[in-house]
Amino acid sequence: MSAAPALSADMFDCRDAYVQTLEALAASDSRIVAVVNDSVGSSKLGKFRDLFPDQLVNVGIAEQNMVGVGAGLANGGKVPFVSGAACFLTSRALEQIKADIAYSHANVKLCGISSGVAYGELGATHHSIEDLAWLRTMRELTVIVPADPSETAAAIRAAAAFEGPIFIRISRMPVPELEHSAPFAIGRAEVMRDGSDITIIATGTLVHRALAAATALGEQGITARIVNMATITPLDEEAIVDAARETGAIVTAEEHVVRGGLGGAVAEIVATRHPVPMRILGFDGFQPTGSAEWLMARAGLTADGIVKAALDLLSQRRA
Amino acid sequence: MVFEAGQGHPGGDLSATDILATLYFGILRYDPHEPRDPARDRFVMSKGHCTGALYTALAGAGFFPEEELSTYLKPNSRLNGHPNRTYLPGVETNTGPLGHGLPVSVGIAIAGQIDAADYRTFVLTGDGELQEGSMWEAAMLAGHRKLDKLTAIVDRNRLQQGARTEETNSLEPLADKWRAFGWDIIEVDGHDHAALFDTLGAPAAGKPRCVIAHTIKGQGISYMRDQAGWHHGVPNAEQYAQALRELTLEEPDA
Repeated sequence: MSAAPALSADMFDCRDAYVQTLEALAASDSRIVAVVNDSVGSSKLGKFRDLFPDQLVNVGIAEQNMVGVGAGLANGGKVPFVSGAACFLTSRALEQIKADIAYSHANVKLCGISSGVAYGELGATHHSIEDLAWLRTMRELTVIVPADPSETAAAIRAAAAFEGPIFIRISRMPVPELEHSAPFAIGRAEVMRDGSDITIIATGTLVHRALAAATALGEQGITARIVNMATITPLDEEAIVDAARETGAIVTAEEHVVRGGLGGAVAEIVATRHPVPMRILGFDGFQPTGSAEWLMARAGLTADGIVKAALDLLSQRRA
Repeated sequence: MVFEAGQGHPGGDLSATDILATLYFGILRYDPHEPRDPARDRFVMSKGHCTGALYTALAGAGFFPEEELSTYLKPNSRLNGHPNRTYLPGVETNTGPLGHGLPVSVGIAIAGQIDAADYRTFVLTGDGELQEGSMWEAAMLAGHRKLDKLTAIVDRNRLQQGARTEETNSLEPLADKWRAFGWDIIEVDGHDHAALFDTLGAPAAGKPRCVIAHTIKGQGISYMRDQAGWHHGVPNAEQYAQALRELTLEEPDA
């Protein structure tokens, strides 16, 4: 597997927050079980395995079985965190996620690791940039995309306390710790910065880039509202309608294809409840090989790219 | 039920009926008033399309009133074409797409293994269903973990929807396949209640057990026996009356 992009002192790999939280939960609750597909290393669960050998189930390289086994463990009273590379977990086992987890309302926590284009150089088979679209079609499956380590930790705790099926998209792409305006709650959007000229709705690794874009736009006299949409399902529709009504233009940004992800979800609400001009930033189809950061820049998924899209949208609106 | 609903899977229902009768009225420990009792034995219907047989067994076992069987496949009935645990007590997991029940059963058995619990887990699979790769992923893990409180029963009626299994994608040598995956094997006549009772109640062997139950699709009704066409056929009124006579059941008042 490719090496993770270098971390600096103020940039973090959210997998660390994930496993530290899971270890803390497992220490006080023997129902917590990690289920992996030979992914102890890539999920950073080596220490968890050493601390709680009876609470780790390694099914080998078998994602369909991994998800089914997770449903069975929940039936037997466990709280399974089924943890594997997001690309394989969500696509290989999609029917199991549908039938065994979402439709069966199994109390299973699906953790998609190294989501998005984190495995940049490994190519489109290992990019997980379709997962939100696949999973978002199921209203019965809660979907969370944390933006930083503290939100990842909060999401894992919330998932453990939540009774029902949930998917958490965990990134390995370095992100900074953000200053939050409100504690994480499933289903609630967070307005991280207020503004009246335009709203940028971002999720996951794009949130800190959107905040940087807001600063750059501010230098040009444009106040941008920044909404962290950490919960994709159930979607905070009112926050979207408020943004449309109060700022009149919306840019969405996600480490995902432009079809059916956050942008699609926001557009469904905007189009039916309060139509305003929009831009959807994301990947347009399968991506070539290249580092994660190179792929992000190529698709305009940077602070500069968000600024450019925002200015373009505003100029079009004034025209 | 199939006659009244105008659809269903009677062939596979009838090949599985004696197995389900033996399980629910001889082997499984359960309390229909406490369907989520953590100590219960679990039964998973991996061949989820055979709800005619499953619902009849669950009603007979007291999980819901027998009168409700007449709602089978009707709009909004709890008796869906495939079983749903969220609204029907006694159902452990939602099945329907093939290849799902064994992985879930393996997960249940692993939970029991971790807890050193006493309950047993039984899963009934179709034979054609063993063409699904996910079944063998699960079989491999069960053998690896020596899940000796897990019993998989293969409804070996030798017919799948379209044709015979051996003409479609052959399963034989089936017992050898399970053995190679680390399972204890017992072959039994799937319509002999006494033999089924002894087999399903046999002491654990230190590894998971696969019971290959040799059955006849459409068992008990002469014109359905061993006919692929009755996988999801529906009898007409004359055939229905004949079926009831052959099964020595009374025809309901018209």
